[in-house]
Amino acid sequence: MLLKTLTEAFGIPGQEQEIANILKEWISGNCDKVETDVLGNLIAIQSGKEGSPKVMLCAHMDEVGLMITFIEKSGALRFKPVGGIDPRVLVSKSVYIGRGRIPGVIGAKPIHLQKREEADVPFGIDDLFIDIGAKDKEEAERLVELGDGVIFTTTYEDLGTKRAKAKAFDDRAGCAILARLLTMDKKWSFTLQGVFSAQEEIDARGAQVASYRLEPDIAIVLESTTASDVPGSKKHLYSTMLGEGPALSHSDNRLLADPRILERLKEVAEKKNIPYQMRGLVGGYTDTSRIHLVREGVPCGAVSVPTRYIHSPASIIDKDDFENTFKLMVGFLDSIEERGLPF
Amino acid sequence: MKTTGLAGFLKDAISAPGVSGYEEKVVAAVKEEMSGLYDEARTDALGNLIMLKRGIGRAPHPRIMLAAHIDEIGLMVTKIEDQGCLRVTQVGGIDKRILPGLEVIVYGKKELPGVVGAKPPHVQDPDEQKKAVKWEDLYVDIGLTGEEAQELVNIGDIITFAQSPIQLQGRFMAGKSMDNRTGVMVLFECLKFLRAMRHHADVYCVATVQEEVGLRGATTVTYGIVPDIGIAIDVGFGEQPSVPEHQGMSMDKGPGIAIGPVVHPKIFGRLKAIAKELEITVQTVPSPNPYGTDACSIQITRGGIPTALVSIPLRYMHTSVETVCLADIERAGRLLAEFIVRLDKKFVEELKCF
Amino acid sequence: MKDLLKKLAETFGPAGNEAQIRDVIREKVKGFVDEVETDAMGNLIAIRKGHGPRVMVAAHMDEIGVIVTHIDEKGFLRFSNIGGVSPFVLLGQKVIFANGTVGSCGMENLSEMKDLKLNKMFIDIGATDRDSASKKVSIGDIGGLYGEAHFIGDKVIAKSLDNRSGCAVLIKTLENLAERDIHNQIYAVFTVQEEVGLRGAKIAAYRVNPDIGFAVDVTRTGDTPESPAMAVKLGGGPTIKVKDSVVLTHPLVRQFMIDIAEKKDIPYQLEVLERGGTDTGPIHLTREGVPSGAISIPARYIHTPSEMADLNDIENAVKFLVAILESELGDRGTGYLTH
Repeated sequence: MLLKTLTEAFGIPGQEQEIANILKEWISGNCDKVETDVLGNLIAIQSGKEGSPKVMLCAHMDEVGLMITFIEKSGALRFKPVGGIDPRVLVSKSVYIGRGRIPGVIGAKPIHLQKREEADVPFGIDDLFIDIGAKDKEEAERLVELGDGVIFTTTYEDLGTKRAKAKAFDDRAGCAILARLLTMDKKWSFTLQGVFSAQEEIDARGAQVASYRLEPDIAIVLESTTASDVPGSKKHLYSTMLGEGPALSHSDNRLLADPRILERLKEVAEKKNIPYQMRGLVGGYTDTSRIHLVREGVPCGAVSVPTRYIHSPASIIDKDDFENTFKLMVGFLDSIEERGLPF
Repeated sequence: MKTTGLAGFLKDAISAPGVSGYEEKVVAAVKEEMSGLYDEARTDALGNLIMLKRGIGRAPHPRIMLAAHIDEIGLMVTKIEDQGCLRVTQVGGIDKRILPGLEVIVYGKKELPGVVGAKPPHVQDPDEQKKAVKWEDLYVDIGLTGEEAQELVNIGDIITFAQSPIQLQGRFMAGKSMDNRTGVMVLFECLKFLRAMRHHADVYCVATVQEEVGLRGATTVTYGIVPDIGIAIDVGFGEQPSVPEHQGMSMDKGPGIAIGPVVHPKIFGRLKAIAKELEITVQTVPSPNPYGTDACSIQITRGGIPTALVSIPLRYMHTSVETVCLADIERAGRLLAEFIVRLDKKFVEELKCF
Repeated sequence: MKDLLKKLAETFGPAGNEAQIRDVIREKVKGFVDEVETDAMGNLIAIRKGHGPRVMVAAHMDEIGVIVTHIDEKGFLRFSNIGGVSPFVLLGQKVIFANGTVGSCGMENLSEMKDLKLNKMFIDIGATDRDSASKKVSIGDIGGLYGEAHFIGDKVIAKSLDNRSGCAVLIKTLENLAERDIHNQIYAVFTVQEEVGLRGAKIAAYRVNPDIGFAVDVTRTGDTPESPAMAVKLGGGPTIKVKDSVVLTHPLVRQFMIDIAEKKDIPYQLEVLERGGTDTGPIHLTREGVPSGAISIPARYIHTPSEMADLNDIENAVKFLVAILESELGDRGTGYLTH
């Protein structure tokens, strides 16, 4: 199952090759051109008719993670986050280091040895370290190199009948949907540019260069976005809810979505009876932050799979939302085939 | 080229003013002092200094850009008070706690010496004494009356730290703007090595402007040059008391070679391999975040530029007594020269896919 | 000028919703230029053709606002900000949506006023439940501040003088130049989405590819009681920007502007703005870099419904901009930079 393979694979920002290889193998047979670029973006092209519009769909391959920055004399590893990780989720988790998947655990000072007040203060990055069981620096250096990436060991699992748990649904869910869209038994008359972008979590750097090069006429980003329909959160701050369908963005910190694209997405959903919700949060950013301001500007939209606990070791999605996001995108592409671009 | 060696050139370079946006004087000094090492030089719309040393052999030549920012942090006049004191704001990120008592030079109609003043501790409340001074309470005193100050100083005039270079023990030197005249010295050393070497690549040595205010010069100069490879040269945190070893590089143990998202792994690998082959000591610097050096903007120019980052260990960053070891500058210059000599079309092509 | 300013300031146009203000401006400028076009994001580009250097002058036409993020069962709207909006400024104010729906900004019961945040506030459009509210407003709709412009002597008080006063300057400048023969090619760009991150100017500058760029916007002043130290005052003339958060004006561009102001006897002030930025930021970093400057109109109480400016500053800004656009500018902006 592609989603399982993707979510369990290794791909922190700047080290997305493993994800790119999985995707490349999956989609190559169906695309006219598949290549990687200088930053490690994987770009798949399905060429349309001469002079037809260029439609970009983009999902990012990278996941937030850690990087090994120092090896202590004792063999303990110091690290720093790559992308936005809340340091409070790190302690007492198991991890894999590097592409060789060296297992380790994130340790901290035991509660017994802390003063009472200390227990109320969260652990900072500098209070934490990774223990791979090495007896000293020399042994650790044989297994780990500075700059190695670190991921959580979380596996993909179904929870009940409707939901699933894994790390990195942000944005392997988007990658899986894009891969399915690129392997459908359909031939579009427009050019479809599938971009599996690198380095989204650190300022959407991959999408910047990919969109500069590809010069799309329109771009939709397939994402995973915060669902905070959880105890203790007020309804008007939920942002999105699991099971209510794909979330459409009207805006975020770095984008005001193109209203014509948003309208088309809503029309498609309503016509095809696909549930959808409006993302109720204006924070965060996606690859659209870069794409819509490239060159002379590219009208952009964002469609997301609602996800609880993004940027943490274990996130949860609703499988119906995942399916419905796929269906909505199929409907959107059909609509371009039938009626052209929404502007 | 003047005959000054590295130490002399560095002293000259850090003595010249070059606050972000106002790099003209230091650019002129560097261009002059390095003449003879490059084939042609020009400045662009933002003031970046581009020094080109051409490669030999049949075109097309691989194009490599070495970028070291030449601007420095400083102050700018925001208002002239009636008593003649100057209210200021920062250009680039300054720790305001270093300012009280600091000697400065105000670049008005002429160079005016001044000191940064603040309310003396004697007249402060005990509460106030415990707190760091605030920007709005700082001013520059140039010893002139309000009228005299109005005559000689204008809103927007720049101010630099007055600290002269200090030769410390061994090959250590301290002073203002070592961040990043040190990097400019690496360009100098690299070109000196290349004089005696044959290289196919065209080498664009760029002293970039306005790095301290948002990597601005590197953004436009890279767009213009479109190099096959871009290497940023900057300073990095050196080990010092209060900077633990897991957060800083060792001094005099060679330049840092960054690894992380902004760095193309094949360039990193090649730099490390050359260092090993030639026994040039270097340090690996894990760089998880793509922020804060010219490499960050170089990499995402146009359709993407294969990028690397070389950094010189430096203590007391963004103060008037930034300290470096000259041996690290020479090592970096040599490493880059050896990298350039080995550049060929095949390697450049390999970089295009990740 | 007063009529123009009133019309512009009162027109609806928060970031991302510039259609109404764009139509108003298009009507005003189309007679003064050779071509008017819009781009992918809705920037309005008015072009005076010619053979000389390409000069881009940008004035952003968007204003700050609010965006609806949730509609509750009782029909109250929860919202977030579009651009720099303070909850303290918004409290008790009226906002208006594109379709004319007006609402009042209220807050939850708070024990301490300092805890006021936008997510503790709501907009009341007089609806009784979610259904009736949804007929007028949808999630994602953007509203703007609502209010009339007033003139008191030489002063104007209005919402959105940031930056409709800059738009007025640019329109009047085009009008002034309409009958004259000028060498430079002028691209007057009324930009979108400045308030949310200088976005419109970025793509417009790439498209125009100018030799030199200018922005016209408002700036803060240091002339109110206990204000931060800033040497700009209302009525002291338009400013020549030296620095803000996103640009350090090239010293030669600054000098060029000072020379023109002095030659034409136009009062001016030098501006160092500690926080904030304008369209010159993205313009000067376009492609290989564009020498750029900015003229600002001093304004008090920026980003409130009661911004204040001085009409003399606005009139002088027009004279200043006309003089700049009529002057000899070098090719690719480097002519005078290499003198």
